[in-house]
Amino acid sequence: MEKYSALGLLKHSLSNHENWPRLWHNPTPKKKYDIIIVGGGGHGLATAYYLAKNHGITNVAVLEKGWLGGGNTARNTTIVRSNYLWDESARLYEHALKLWEGLSQDLNYNVMFSQRGVYHLCHTLQDIRDNERLVSANRLNGIDNEMIDAEQLQREIPLLDCSRNTRFPVLGASVQRRAGNARHDAVAWGYARAAAALGVDLIQQCEVVDMVIENGAITGVKTRQHGVIKADRVGCVAAGNSGVLAKMAGFELPVESHPLQALVSEPIKPVLDTVVMSNHVHGYMSQSDKGDLVIGAGIDSWVGYGQRGSYSIIEHTIQAIVEMFPAVSRVRMNRQWGGIVDTCPDACPIITATPVRNLFFNCGWGTGGFKATPGSGHVFAETLALGKAAPLAEPFSMFRFHSGALIDEHGAAAVAH
Amino acid sequence: MSQTNRLSSGGLIDRRKPLSFQYNGKQYQGYEGDTLASALLANGVDIIGRSFKYSRPRGIVAAGAEEPNAVMQIGASEATQIPNVRATQQALYEGLVSSATNGWPNVDFDVMSYVGKIGGKMMPPGFYYKTFMWPQTMWPTYEKYIRKAAGLGRSSTMKDPDQYDTLNHHCDVMIVGAGPTGLAAARAAAATGARVIIADEQEMFGGSLLSSRELINGKPAIDWVRTVVDELSANPDVVMLPRSTVNGYHDHNFVTIHERRADHIGDRAPVGMTRQRMHRVRAHWVVLATGAQERPLVFAHNDVPGVMLASAVTTYIERFGVVPGNELVLMTSNDDAYLTALSWASTGRKVVAVVDSRAKADGDLVKQVIDKGIRVIFGSAVYDVDGGTRVKAARISGLTADGKKLTGKSETLSCDTIASSGGWSPVVHLSCHTGSRPVWDDNIIGFVPGETQQKQLIAGGIRGHYDLLDCLTEGMNCGYVAAERSGYGPVGKRPEYKVARIRRSPAMPLFLVPHLKPISQAPKQFVDLQNDVTSAGIELATREGFESIEHVKRYTAMGFGTDQGKLGNINGMAITAQVLGKSIAETGTTVFRPNYTPITFGAIAGRNCGELFDAKRYSAMQPWHEENGALFEDVGQWKRPWYFPKSGETMQQSLNREVLAVRNSVGILDASTLGKIDIQGKDAREFLARVYTNAWAKLGVGKCRYGLMCKEDGMVFDDGVTSCLAENHFLMTTTTGGAARVLEWLELYHQTEWPELEVYMTSVTDHWATMTISGPNSRKLLAQLTDDIDLDKDTFKFMDWRPGTVAGVPARVFRISFTGELSYEINVSANHGLQVWKKLMEVGKQYDITPYGTETMHVLRAEKGFIIVGQDTDSTLTPYDLGMGWAVAPTKPFSFIGKRGMAREDAVKPNRKQLVGLMAKKPDVVIPEGSQAVANPNQPIPMTMLGHITSSYYSATLGRSIAMGLIRGGLDRMGETVYYPQADGSVIEAEICSPVFYDPKGDRQNV
Repeated sequence: MEKYSALGLLKHSLSNHENWPRLWHNPTPKKKYDIIIVGGGGHGLATAYYLAKNHGITNVAVLEKGWLGGGNTARNTTIVRSNYLWDESARLYEHALKLWEGLSQDLNYNVMFSQRGVYHLCHTLQDIRDNERLVSANRLNGIDNEMIDAEQLQREIPLLDCSRNTRFPVLGASVQRRAGNARHDAVAWGYARAAAALGVDLIQQCEVVDMVIENGAITGVKTRQHGVIKADRVGCVAAGNSGVLAKMAGFELPVESHPLQALVSEPIKPVLDTVVMSNHVHGYMSQSDKGDLVIGAGIDSWVGYGQRGSYSIIEHTIQAIVEMFPAVSRVRMNRQWGGIVDTCPDACPIITATPVRNLFFNCGWGTGGFKATPGSGHVFAETLALGKAAPLAEPFSMFRFHSGALIDEHGAAAVAH
Repeated sequence: MSQTNRLSSGGLIDRRKPLSFQYNGKQYQGYEGDTLASALLANGVDIIGRSFKYSRPRGIVAAGAEEPNAVMQIGASEATQIPNVRATQQALYEGLVSSATNGWPNVDFDVMSYVGKIGGKMMPPGFYYKTFMWPQTMWPTYEKYIRKAAGLGRSSTMKDPDQYDTLNHHCDVMIVGAGPTGLAAARAAAATGARVIIADEQEMFGGSLLSSRELINGKPAIDWVRTVVDELSANPDVVMLPRSTVNGYHDHNFVTIHERRADHIGDRAPVGMTRQRMHRVRAHWVVLATGAQERPLVFAHNDVPGVMLASAVTTYIERFGVVPGNELVLMTSNDDAYLTALSWASTGRKVVAVVDSRAKADGDLVKQVIDKGIRVIFGSAVYDVDGGTRVKAARISGLTADGKKLTGKSETLSCDTIASSGGWSPVVHLSCHTGSRPVWDDNIIGFVPGETQQKQLIAGGIRGHYDLLDCLTEGMNCGYVAAERSGYGPVGKRPEYKVARIRRSPAMPLFLVPHLKPISQAPKQFVDLQNDVTSAGIELATREGFESIEHVKRYTAMGFGTDQGKLGNINGMAITAQVLGKSIAETGTTVFRPNYTPITFGAIAGRNCGELFDAKRYSAMQPWHEENGALFEDVGQWKRPWYFPKSGETMQQSLNREVLAVRNSVGILDASTLGKIDIQGKDAREFLARVYTNAWAKLGVGKCRYGLMCKEDGMVFDDGVTSCLAENHFLMTTTTGGAARVLEWLELYHQTEWPELEVYMTSVTDHWATMTISGPNSRKLLAQLTDDIDLDKDTFKFMDWRPGTVAGVPARVFRISFTGELSYEINVSANHGLQVWKKLMEVGKQYDITPYGTETMHVLRAEKGFIIVGQDTDSTLTPYDLGMGWAVAPTKPFSFIGKRGMAREDAVKPNRKQLVGLMAKKPDVVIPEGSQAVANPNQPIPMTMLGHITSSYYSATLGRSIAMGLIRGGLDRMGETVYYPQADGSVIEAEICSPVFYDPKGDRQNV
């Protein structure tokens, strides 16, 4: 892998950029791999990378039915944070956040991770209580998070209306200053390039249509384009399509697939240098390095696989944004889009062994999967390498819904981001 | 500056109405009927912006929604600033203030352009992924400078002075686009009596006819437009929406339209008028008559001001009487663009040459041009441009028949304007919004709409049919078909359209004019002008492995601008296909999504802003609360009195006073906000038994019972008291915030799981005003206000209710208590609420009756250990975790919701978090709510946490602090000590105890 650097850019500019190498190739799939990963999004590519890098397992294929990073990796609003309430999830997301902190260097690909802070606004006394609880739990877990009052909030975010004149006046906020944004596409491409360099086969336009299961164990997958490809272990990381894959393997997942929309304004000069979210007024906003205001709110409440949503959600979202930031009323919305999120009853992911031996699933990230990308890949790679749940993944077994050991993060995920 | 480029006659502008406007601080003049773009061109303004990445000078290219460069800041005051307005779509009005959005110190001389020139080579697509990584700590600094370059225009910093609104419509036929096709469709549909809506983004209806010289039925096309518009205006079943962009086409023929009602009038909307309006239309049938946009040709330096779309040049001449230059070179691959040469020549200015990429062409328009003596150079192309801030010359050369290579000698043609045309791209955007993928059609050299699930018809330009007679006929037919399918007709006599057909010779597919050098070494050939995406950039992306069209788009940022690639995307896709050696059909398109063009946030929000963001709900007693100085707390949509401070009191002093008044005499609480659901039907009792965890079989008429409601997982979800009003009639109360979701929950279960139960539910929260009088003197007080309710403690017992009269009005009185004191909840019709409340206050004076709010209510109930769902619970607690196993009846015959969930192995483990009381070792310390408990405060981080404080107060009754909280295994740990480490490093020590701090036997409520 040719190392990227400013000097390299200069060198290549002298040859009119004609000699840049490919980030990845289009290999013909082998007959058999040690491990097949189904799903070439951020989580799947990260899994492949850590399998190769940390576990020395390079006879790995990532099968992607479309293009790399083309699902929710390409559709989210790029927020990264780890201020989750419960120990199990806080540890998982904090593990991810620590990996984010050195990711550009590790991958030699600038994923533009910017720790510009994430604010959770409090509009009611119960919001204050909930955030005090969250901050207290985070502090004792070693995760940064602090409460600030409305006056300090107004000083830190001039664009936000912290006056008493709003329908639900802002009473304060919790802020995780190590949280922030990253460039979503770059995460997929950076992992893909690094994984390919370590020998992983990235196979695009390769759709899994069935699972090959013998005596209760998986032995390979059947693909539309390349027939059966064999593997010792298979890991499915397919976000909104996980339910479809589970059905092929003969079991059901406790997930529901919902459309989730996001939208951006036209690019404007910088007005907001952080991420602001409100569960109560129900919306969140940040501003990209290009100048777009990046906005989101809730999922469409019905299930579906259409990667678009309904207009009423957009209306409610914009109403919330104008309520919080009345100065942007004359700014214009450029574009909306939708993705499919697979949500679990307790708003936490599933990283798990399954009823089928050697078949593992990593899914159910709901509305918050992007932030976990490095941690999810890291933990799932360990799970696939061990052949059983990695320690951080243990609480996230799919069997918790039978036993009742739920990790209810609805509070942390009330606004879908 | 005078209007040097304005013709003395012609066009649809009104020369009697001059308008002055400002651009970059200078005053200019235009006319009514101008757009900002046409007025700037009339005044000879060449540079109207700087490109995003390289800061290259840019001029106006187009005349409509596809304009990538003329993106302006508009606004005469801070509060009315609008960023990124396309000058081509902004009507001129008197006093309009505009400026360019980029360029420092100004747009004509921009320092950044030198950075762009020198550093440009170092800035290929994706360069930022490859650098700014060392050292890691410097990224925030690098990013600070990257962000400085971000954005085009700027947001206002003040509240928007304008208002917006929304209208809902239903119609039979929704027609998108009011060009020839759309107008013919509207006319046809309207003639059948169908309800028609026709919307067009432009200032006036007519579309391409506004700049056409063609004749319809022997008369100028504009006359036909006026006739049809008059005819439609006279029809009450037709809604005509000019200045209205159909921005989104959603499932089930739901269409959203953004109407700009006042943007052509002035800086802000006139008093009494909303600035913009969103129309939400549900249509039986939709006719897309969106036409086509011209594709520019891509050649080196094709971004120099003076390079324009051919059709735009025609529009400026014919519609606005503006010739945007003196000497024209026209570069084309098709016949239609010859119209531009004819228009230009008619103004008396010079057409240097028409350069046609085709080896030959003999269509009618070509012949007309040749007949005029204009030089036509076949088999050639403009491959490069001389000039920096304005075109100076076009470099042309021979072109091979496949368009892939230059041949022969090159020639330099002196000129100041280059009009280019690569053919038409149908405006398929809306047809894609509902998930349909457009299909490449080699015959028309463009994408046309693919199959759709919607009741949608397409006609005219969107199908690649550009002949005027075809457009009129197809539009008419679609109008009739849509109306007939909506139930109208039959159709009588159809109008006949007579239009002379123009014979066109075949167009040539040409997406990139080759240069003498290979793509990577040629000067920049721009594909997406707004984002500075070049053919070399696209080639580089594919070289690096970005081969999917979505990857190319994302890596190069092609189509990500405010024009969303209307001008450049098709060329970009074709170039991608070319460098990959694939067909355009194989390469495909990216997905077009809403919005078609950007729409104002305020317009989407409509009226639901500020005061009207969400309904404010008040009880009937609100005027009294306000008069008596209450402070309010938001609970759900309700504004509830929080406490009633007297002057000079601190909050704690007020609470102490209110608490002691209840304990010692009588207090009064406005409890109207608690959710109330009236439940009737012969299966009402059975229904209650299924949704509550406890038993309801034996609750008699006149009795009340507390109940817990769980979700399927067995976790507590809401609580409240339900009373039996009659054998088949119950009144359920819910938490204030939970009222709506509880009713939805009950309806969900009734409608989807147990439709066989005969039960009817109605929200009656607002019907009743509820006032709770609580305290040892409450019975005495009530006795003075009622003479038909027997208040004897043995006949009207705790957890009974009685109908009767209170203060002269019919009432329901419930003897229930959330304070632990003798209490009566008096319910009267909301209309009588204020009157009865005042009476209670008046009569209660002798007992020093004290109003109290939610905060005091919280303290009083915490002294008794009563939970508040949502504060002491969080959807992870079973009734058993709350120490409320007494409220579960596991032996009920029919399983209740949550029964199985709460019996799961992890839900019954002994070491779960359980609700207990906590007393700080120092009685004056109130443990902050939310604090997490640990067994050992000196352990290293991460600490093992036991649970958190859910409720914590100073209790005036007990003269010390009290708290409720969760502790792992807490019910078996009474008397143990736990620690609460605080953010400031201090640690609060507390002892686990029963959560019932006061009157543990409950004697006081039973007196």
